[in-house]
Amino acid sequence: MSRGLRLIPIVLLVWLVIGLAWRLVKPADTAIPSQMVERPVPRFQLPAAIDGKPGLASADLATGQPRLLNIFASWCVPCVGEAPVLRELQRRGVAIDAIAVRDTPEALTAFLARYGDPYERIGADRQSAVQIALGSAGVPETFVVDGKGVIRRQYIGPLNASNIAGVLRELEQVR
Amino acid sequence: MKRIAFALMIVAASPVLADSNLPPAYWSNRQLPNPKQEEQAQALMAELRCLVCQGQSIADSDAELAGDMRDLVRRRIAAGEKPSAIRAWLIERYGSWISYKPTGEPAAWPLWLAPLALLLAGAWLIRRRIGFRAKS
Repeated sequence: MSRGLRLIPIVLLVWLVIGLAWRLVKPADTAIPSQMVERPVPRFQLPAAIDGKPGLASADLATGQPRLLNIFASWCVPCVGEAPVLRELQRRGVAIDAIAVRDTPEALTAFLARYGDPYERIGADRQSAVQIALGSAGVPETFVVDGKGVIRRQYIGPLNASNIAGVLRELEQVR
Repeated sequence: MKRIAFALMIVAASPVLADSNLPPAYWSNRQLPNPKQEEQAQALMAELRCLVCQGQSIADSDAELAGDMRDLVRRRIAAGEKPSAIRAWLIERYGSWISYKPTGEPAAWPLWLAPLALLLAGAWLIRRRIGFRAKS
């Protein structure tokens, strides 16, 4: 065997070690983006999640005005951190609807009483069916939906205060 | 002392449950009565990736979302939908990431070509070795 060929295993080993070290320093992004962005919200109809607030259907998301669709749950800890941001957006006039994933009316009522209720409508998605139809991979997630009911942007994970300006700008852009 | 107390507290702490308080979906842990359909569902579920425990299939995962996806798969197969249609529906939502079975798109070509390339490399190696011995 020639010298060059003999070096191949060493080169492969070095390459492997560099690859492993690189991924240790810079872990891969594990978020699964929805492929539904830039496409209409799939048809669905969800019953009311709590008393005194209407449920949510896909038709409610095509009202001519852009809206936010928040996927959340009372059992979701990061949703607590996101609550003040959603309240602030609502205070600035943003229309927010929600899908409550795998939730009970009692737990939801307690959650909203404690952390505030910025939602116009809340649909109960008891078996994650609409969440899956939306291509959402977890809670919380937030979709920016334009006036025609087309999904324009997906936020994976909790919104934080630094997102407020961006969300307001996007809602203005898709108007 | 404080440190030890803290360590003990961590040992005694129970993890925060990031799960809902609803029971699993009806078909998530139940087999379909029709064995042929159940077989189809099992084969498909083993090839669908769990969104929560990435790296596990939804057939293996205990995550609630995986349970809800098993329910969805079994429901649709019981309703007569083809497994390939269900897979396509999920790929439409989550991208080809969701399926373990590689698609024919260009990004997957190296995957299909690798076995062929390795076989050819092996054949070349064997030829060289055998040729070498025959000469000496």
